[in-house]
Parts: sequence; structure tokens; C-alpha cells
Amino acid sequence: MDHSHYYHAADLARFAEVGKGAPELWEKFRAWYDAVFAEGALTAREKALVALAVSHTVQCPYCIDAYTTACLEQGSNEEQMTEAVHVAAAIRGGSSLVHAVQMRNHLERLGM
Amino acid sequence: MRVLPTLQKQRHPLAGGAAQRRRLAELPLARSFEEALEGAGLFPLVAKGIEVLQVNVGRKCNQTCRHCHVDAGPDRTEMMPPDVVEACLHVLAATAIPTLDITGGAPELHPEFRYLVERATTLGRRVIDRCNLTVTRLLNYRWIPRFLAEHRVEVTASLPYYQGHQTDAQRGEGVFDESIAALRELNALGYGRPGSGLVLNLVTNPVGAFLPPDQRAAERDWKRELERRHGIVFDRLFTITNMPISRFLEHLDEKGQAEAYLARLQQAFNPAAASGVMCRTTISVAWDGTLHDCDFNQMLELPLGEGLPRNIREFDPARLGRRSIVLGPHCFGCTAGAGSSCGGAVA
Repeated sequence: MDHSHYYHAADLARFAEVGKGAPELWEKFRAWYDAVFAEGALTAREKALVALAVSHTVQCPYCIDAYTTACLEQGSNEEQMTEAVHVAAAIRGGSSLVHAVQMRNHLERLGM
Repeated sequence: MRVLPTLQKQRHPLAGGAAQRRRLAELPLARSFEEALEGAGLFPLVAKGIEVLQVNVGRKCNQTCRHCHVDAGPDRTEMMPPDVVEACLHVLAATAIPTLDITGGAPELHPEFRYLVERATTLGRRVIDRCNLTVTRLLNYRWIPRFLAEHRVEVTASLPYYQGHQTDAQRGEGVFDESIAALRELNALGYGRPGSGLVLNLVTNPVGAFLPPDQRAAERDWKRELERRHGIVFDRLFTITNMPISRFLEHLDEKGQAEAYLARLQQAFNPAAASGVMCRTTISVAWDGTLHDCDFNQMLELPLGEGLPRNIREFDPARLGRRSIVLGPHCFGCTAGAGSSCGGAVA
């Protein structure tokens, strides 16, 4: 096993091994996770697109691989998936930018 | 339209069925297909009669799609000889098999395609033509749409996506525009229009190494988008999983995805889909008259089980209708997710 890098694509398939440390918590996580992604008020396709966008925000390569596949298998296309990632990126960019109001508040306090 | 040399023409190592079977056997699987069936209480998998005679009239095609399990293309020369066509018609006449499903290659390129259709419809059978659409745009084949309409042939046409670049990526540059023109012509003849009785179904295979989407949801999208973008209507959309054999296997190997794709199919094994697989109600006839459990087994050169009639001339509906199906790792392609058949999802 190569441990010279932090992320290995093959490790995604080993996700369930995490359950060995705390089986009951793993089972609860699995049940909750499956319920979250089941068809509900949002379709499975919409949920996969949300998950893809969030995967980019949390910058998880496992999640990006998994939800790129999931989006395709739910019938989304490259255009829709790229737009979803832009939504995530826009929120991420906007969340930095909105802090400029804090900067401006402090500028105001310090300035004349 | 852009076409490529077939694997056979390239003398590619994966050109033959035996080589493909060897490559599939090399790919590691958590459990075999037989074990998966056993776990679902479905082993051995046994036929439930014969509802469809699927006749592959030849491997010649005007396209060279990336996912083609037949390795069909313009350079293929295998064509069903007249005596085998007669033997197929004899079986139809002598049995109560209700449906003749004609496939290829592009079946319309067979010189006796019209004869086969005319005779089968005279026998009162439902006839399905698996049409690649663009064949109807070839100069010497402009007769196809009207001929199909006149004989009330059900058209099952391939179109992987409602947008051009995905379709062309799988089927060759220029295929999408020609396919849309062909669909417009079929619509103008009444195909896909409510009340016409002329059935136009579309088939979509994923443009890549992933499972097809939910058939009903995809059908809603396709109906909306094809009508909005191109004014095209159709009856049903069939989602079909890409089978990891022939050109798609070669594509997977080229991308280093063969192992991951087969694992994905195996992981998505669905007992309900396994119970409804099409081989349980279909028999497949090759261009040379040999019988197979399905078109995929035909391409892998997997004959019917030991002791069964193996040629159309020896057809025995009673024995063939309760035969044990010959299985392999590729069968996971028909049992993944909602399942896959020539009529789309099965579960």
C-alpha cells in the first residue's frame, strides 16, 4: 500500500473500513446518508448536483469522483454539472468578498 | 460522417470473441455472475419461453460507434445468406413466436432486408427494426422510412443524447445532425405521433463508463428537449447499459477503466433486473445461422449450452424455451441498476 501521498483514488472503495472503529456509528451514518439521498422533495438528480457542488466547496477528491459519476448516472450533463460547480464557486467567492464589509467597517473606525 | 476502421480491420487483439472473453476473465471481481445469481436464488438462469426471435442479419454498418458491441462498420462483410434468411422465416412460420427483432450492423444494408420484413409482416408478426437513423440518409437507402411505415414496422432508433456533441462523441462526427433529419422524416410519416400506430422508440447508451439514468426521468427530459429544440416526437426511450465487450471494452482499456467499470456493474447487481433479463424470453440468430442466448453472447462467440440445437435449421422451440442460459462476467451489464435489455430498463 502506497502511503507516500494523502489521497488515493482506490481508497474511496475502502470507505466502509471506517466502520471498523465504531460500527454502530457507521451504521447510523449509512442509514442517514442513504435516506438523505433518496428521492424526496428534491429529486435524486437534484441531490446529486447539490452534492457535486458541495464536494467542490469542501474540496474532497473522493466526493468529486463519486458525485461526478452519480450526476451522470442521474442523467445530468456536463453543462449542468459545470453550472452547479460555478454556483458553489460563486458562493465561495462571494463569502470572501462579503467580508469586505467587515474590512470597510474597520476602515471606518480607524479612518478620519 | 466520420468513420473509423473496425477492430477486425485493425487486426486489434480484442477483435475476436475468445480474446474478449479472456480479457474479461482477467478483470478481478468480488464475486462471479453465477455467485450473484445464486445469492438471488436465480441460478441456473433458465429461459421462460421464446417471445422474440432476434436476427442479426450482418455486421456491415455505415457508422463505427465507440461503444458498439458488434464491432460493426463499413469494412465488415458478414451478411446472412439467403438460405439462412429462409430458415429464420421458416421458424417464424412454424412457431408462434410473436416478434421478429432485426438487428445488425445496420440491418437495412442487407440485400434481403425488405424481403424479410415483408414475409414476417405477412405472417402477422410484430417486426422491430433496430435502426441507426443515418442509414436512411444514404443515397441508395432513402426508401427506408416509407417502406418501414408501409409495413407498420416498429422503429427502435439509436440516439445517445439530445445534444450534438455527446451523440457525435459516441457515434461519429456529423451523426447527430443526420439523425435529427432522419427523425424529422419519420415524424412526417406519422412515426411517434399519437394515434398513428407507427411506433418510434429511441435507445440511449451512456456516452462513457457509467450507468444509464432512470429511464422514466430521462424520457421526460428527452421528450421535452427534443420537441423544444428540434420539434421531434417519439414514443418511448429505452436506456441501455454499455456492455464491456468489443469496442467498448477496447475503449475502457484505452482509458484504464475496464476494472473500475466491471466493478461498478457488479456492485450495482439488482436481483429484480436479473429476474427480468431479456435472454429468458429471446433467442439470438447470427448471420451464419448459429443460435445464441443473446446478441452479446453471439459477439463473444459463446454458443448455446451443451446438447441444445445450435443452428436455426435445428430450431426446437420446446427445448430452447426452457434452456439454461450461458453466463459470463459481461452479464453484469444487463443486471446493473434498473437492468438493461433491448427494450430498455427491466426492473
